[in-house]
Amino acid sequence: MSEVPDSVAVIDQIPQQGEPLTPRTPLHHTARAGGAGQLHYREHDLTGLLVLRGNAADKAFAEAVKATFGCPLAKTLSFVMAQEVSLLWLSPDEWWVLCPPDQAYALEVQLRERYSGHFALANNTGGMTRIQLSGPQAVQVLKKSIPYDVHDAHFPVGKVVATVFGKTQAVVRRLGQNDWEILARRSFADYIWRWVEDAASEYQR
Amino acid sequence: MFHIYCPHCEEYREEEEFHPKGEAHLARPEDPDNCTDEEWGDYLFFRKNPRGVHHELWVHAAGCRKFFNVTRDTQSYRIYETYKIGEQPSKAITA
Repeated sequence: MSEVPDSVAVIDQIPQQGEPLTPRTPLHHTARAGGAGQLHYREHDLTGLLVLRGNAADKAFAEAVKATFGCPLAKTLSFVMAQEVSLLWLSPDEWWVLCPPDQAYALEVQLRERYSGHFALANNTGGMTRIQLSGPQAVQVLKKSIPYDVHDAHFPVGKVVATVFGKTQAVVRRLGQNDWEILARRSFADYIWRWVEDAASEYQR
Repeated sequence: MFHIYCPHCEEYREEEEFHPKGEAHLARPEDPDNCTDEEWGDYLFFRKNPRGVHHELWVHAAGCRKFFNVTRDTQSYRIYETYKIGEQPSKAITA
């Protein structure tokens, strides 16, 4: 066990004193849910997001990650889940950790205590939002939105892909046969939400 | 549309996920303080513009955001291979 170095600013974003804050998601101004019948979409409640960068070939790093988050470093274009935590592969040296917002700080501190080598961890909670699509027609919305091939053989359950979405970008992952999730930057959340509403409208009749 | 193999994502992706970043394998003069103006000018400003096989730098901007090299024919648009930064093109391809 090593101490968290002083040179790293590790800040709990949730204030411990004063009035408790009411967390608002990037899409708090919308209905946050929609759809009917074969297609439903909703915004996930506020999620903690840690952006993790490091060397996957470093065994000590990989072990510290597994011990902290409960799941191993995800392999290329895949994600792993352990209870409430998801670990998404973004690039060969970058992963996103999704966790309950009140655990983000604790997990960050834990990883810094377990491993002090060359790595980076940034708490981006609130920087992204998660839009979940479900139902047999959900795939139709994606076909209109991303250039990526969403066929079962090409985009199986457990895969995560960062790609172009409409005129912006998003990370798309497949949680189940008919369950998909779009992760979008908060500044583009409104655009993507309206895009999804529009794209979904023809399948709700 | 190009169908480009990203050596980091290890699969083919659509061209709109990528951005071209110009010529690959530009070697920075070892000692910029003591090289000639011509050497420095060549490094900063002058680029090849071949008709035929060309080595280019691309970035997977909407995907893994990693840079990599592409060997491409500027005339036929055929992509011969893609390889990671720091690697050399695996075979000598001539037009």
